Amino acid sequence: MTNHWTDLQHTDCALIIGANPAENHPISFRWLLKARENGGKILSVDPRFTRTSSQADIYAPLRSGTDIPFIGGLINYAIEHDLVHKEYVAKYTNASFIVKEGFTFKDGLFSGYDPKTRSYDMASWSFETQEDGTPVKDETLQHPRSVFQLLKKHYSRYDVDSVSTVTGTPKEEYLKVAEAYCATGKPGKSGTILYAMGTTQHTVGTQNVRSYAMLQLLLGNIGMPGGGVNALRGESNVQGSTDFGLLFGDLPGYLGAPKEQPVHATLKAYLEKETPAAGYWSNKPKFVVSLLKAWYGPNATKDNEFCYQYLPKGNKNYSHIALFNAMYKGELTGAFLFGTNPVVGGPNAGKEKEALSKLDWLVAMDLWETETSAFWQKEAGSDPSKINTEVFLLPAASSYEKEGTVSNSGRWMQYRWKAIEPKGESKADMEIIHMLMQRIKGLYKNESSPAAKSINALYWNYGEHDHPEFDLVAREINGYYTKTGKQVENFGMLADDGSTCSGNWIYSGFYPEEGNLSKRRDNKDNGMGNFLNWSYAWPMNRRILYNRASADPAGKPWNKDKAVIWWDAAAKKWTGHDIPDFKAVVAPTDKGGMNPFIMLKDGVGGMYAPTLNDGPFPEHYEPFESPVPNAFSSQEYNPTIKVWGGDFNLKGTKKQYPIVATTYRVSEHWQSGSMTRNQEWLSELAGHMYIEMSEELAKEKGIKNKDQVIVTSARGEVKAYAMVTKRFKPHMINGKKVHQIGMPWHFGFKGYATGDTANRLTPHIGDANTMIPEYKAFLCDVRRAD
Amino acid sequence: MVEINLNRRQFLKLSGATAATLAIVELGFNEKEVHAKTKELKIAKATVTPTICPYCAVGCGILVHTKNNDVVYTEGDPDHPINEGSLCSKGTTIRQLFTSEKRVLKPRYRAPGSDKWEEKDWGWMLDTIAKRVKETRDKTFVEKSNGIFVNKTEAIASLGGAALDNEETYLLAKMMRGLGVTYLEHQARI
Repeated sequence: MTNHWTDLQHTDCALIIGANPAENHPISFRWLLKARENGGKILSVDPRFTRTSSQADIYAPLRSGTDIPFIGGLINYAIEHDLVHKEYVAKYTNASFIVKEGFTFKDGLFSGYDPKTRSYDMASWSFETQEDGTPVKDETLQHPRSVFQLLKKHYSRYDVDSVSTVTGTPKEEYLKVAEAYCATGKPGKSGTILYAMGTTQHTVGTQNVRSYAMLQLLLGNIGMPGGGVNALRGESNVQGSTDFGLLFGDLPGYLGAPKEQPVHATLKAYLEKETPAAGYWSNKPKFVVSLLKAWYGPNATKDNEFCYQYLPKGNKNYSHIALFNAMYKGELTGAFLFGTNPVVGGPNAGKEKEALSKLDWLVAMDLWETETSAFWQKEAGSDPSKINTEVFLLPAASSYEKEGTVSNSGRWMQYRWKAIEPKGESKADMEIIHMLMQRIKGLYKNESSPAAKSINALYWNYGEHDHPEFDLVAREINGYYTKTGKQVENFGMLADDGSTCSGNWIYSGFYPEEGNLSKRRDNKDNGMGNFLNWSYAWPMNRRILYNRASADPAGKPWNKDKAVIWWDAAAKKWTGHDIPDFKAVVAPTDKGGMNPFIMLKDGVGGMYAPTLNDGPFPEHYEPFESPVPNAFSSQEYNPTIKVWGGDFNLKGTKKQYPIVATTYRVSEHWQSGSMTRNQEWLSELAGHMYIEMSEELAKEKGIKNKDQVIVTSARGEVKAYAMVTKRFKPHMINGKKVHQIGMPWHFGFKGYATGDTANRLTPHIGDANTMIPEYKAFLCDVRRAD
Repeated sequence: MVEINLNRRQFLKLSGATAATLAIVELGFNEKEVHAKTKELKIAKATVTPTICPYCAVGCGILVHTKNNDVVYTEGDPDHPINEGSLCSKGTTIRQLFTSEKRVLKPRYRAPGSDKWEEKDWGWMLDTIAKRVKETRDKTFVEKSNGIFVNKTEAIASLGGAALDNEETYLLAKMMRGLGVTYLEHQARI
């Protein structure tokens, strides 16, 4: 989230799309209801009338997979009706930049497309620059090749009628949403967009989010209290685990992992290639070297490139689908699972279960026996005698049986004290990781092979005992001066000469010499509900990102009732109710003083993004499996996605599988259900797998509420109870009736509450940028079980 | 129905400070004492420890009451600025994360081709896993490729971590990159 949970109370309008906070983030809804008490509106856009929709002022249905037309139409509406925040757009975004001649867009394709490689050469998307390398601008936004004019032209195709026929949203409801939300473009007003996996789990997931960010920039909503682009993250520490680099492409703190390529062959080359000339990322060498010092300790010296060579360098995409494809083909030998359950939660889960049997060994750390650690059992439909995988199940402690911090969606790093000793023989994951690493290091101690060298160089100094010193880990994350051992104050102090270390630069500042700030519990509101003395928010305890944009170019808040930070001319610094997400002494009139987006090279918001794999503007493509042709171009699905073929990813046709399906969650269960289906009360509250469908579809198929039904897709089938409701309605798509069904994805064969696994139906297909699977729009058919 | 209404009326009186004396007379007992007794039964002498909910990323505060090495009660943390004491159905029931009979209490091992788990001790498990990691690394480790130091193994994968603490994810990232693992993924991708 650019903003945070208690900040939601300040919104004039919340557009909730691809999320269902009333059920999946229930407590967040308190702050939305508070916003309404303050006069704000709540809009819910969802294929299903959810409990969030039931609390909304306006509900608009849309067919799964049509967010870009929906938002593209709002962009068009805001421009057509002159509702954009012009000064914000001109000063704080790249709308004024001029794109080079040669950029084109025709029939769903941007210039530079190569159908053979299914990828773009992005050269023709770049900006015109002046001699000093800075972009050429036209702040009147009139230049025909200005981003604003290109944007206007691109989305003029997304008129209300075209949008409505693709999304299935009734025109009247669509216009109500457009009117209510675009009203936040008025200077001083703020609107927030809340989204979750309903947005991201698509082959155009990244562009869906991009379209939200563009709309927010256009309406001047980023940096404002009650504004922002807010991902409602679904796991207690999915924010933190992402920040700490548990994805193949990132080292902690979003430092790109080096690759097997000549420009990354040395630390010097890597830093030269990856460090931009301007913007805050120009400090990258300090963060990289400090990370290497944290990882390799005294072994990392200037003379050996700070052990940069020991970092693994990959040469391919190692993301989830690719990983399971490699496993399926027998390319992997062993795997670790830390509290994860892909046999229920992975796409095309039946294939992911099969893939596991190709491993020699599997280590699972969990509180429970999950469907994944039990994949070899008869209950899983397996023949144990034919599966040669060794499985190690290590009992893990629950969240309050150990100490540590988690980062919530609003980036608050909150400390959890240990309430009780771990149950039975279970151990904290930190202990397990530490004990394993000690043993592995022990085995290599007296060897000098290449495999040994990189392990021996790794600095693992958390005490000799089996129990690692928690505090030493926390201190290393923040970073310290390598000579004195004193904690660095924050990431501003990090250096690229080896004199500092920091395990994750974006968190640096949470643990200065004074102590661990994540433990703070002062709940006094020091203004605008930012609670600056409660826990710690990265970066630098800033609560609202890009908050410089909450003030006008001169440094005065756009709205005195929504003042976050402002320029204090007498004191010559930025001050206010939040920590400035900006250099506090840079005056509005100084160089860069009007550039709120400090992480970006040009300091302004990216209305146009010439760096994404599928284009600088979001464009509608149908899901990989769709019931209708693409009404916007002849490109059926995203032309830049990797298509996984063979029996690893069978594709269904609309003839055989005419119904759109999506998955979702219920309040009582969490993700793959292993945490909640192993508890009595929650299992009793939500005990059965079901398929939710409209009364119209049920009638067509002769299905009654609570009948057993079978849902089939090209990948598999599931049996479950029918739940016939008014919450789904058939969509009218270009005059044709299209049915949609939905189902929870929490169930499996373990625990108290069992049921068929929805992900046996979902495809192995991912987004063009992130490879997130398309769980939220696929084709199926449904019939009565008897 | 009548009784429910009566109780409700009495309750309303009880909760109003000015009606307290009257209510005590009406009910025939000292409400304050009864209230104190109830507290004693449930959570007296329990240790209260603040935690953050392990489910979604709203990050609600919860108080865990423990006594005699057992979790006796959990409740929303009234001091927490986000939830101010309230919780959803999942947050309300986190006591059962400790009390559930489904918890795995000892390490389990499944041998190739076997149809059952065997309980093993931690030492054996960790030593054996460390050996497997070493065997696999030694067989598959690539130090250099096309003249570039790549120091990697593409034969080991690590998945998961979104429920771990930050400090744990840090050590996990350090461990896996240190081992040369490139198939490093977790729930944020899916």
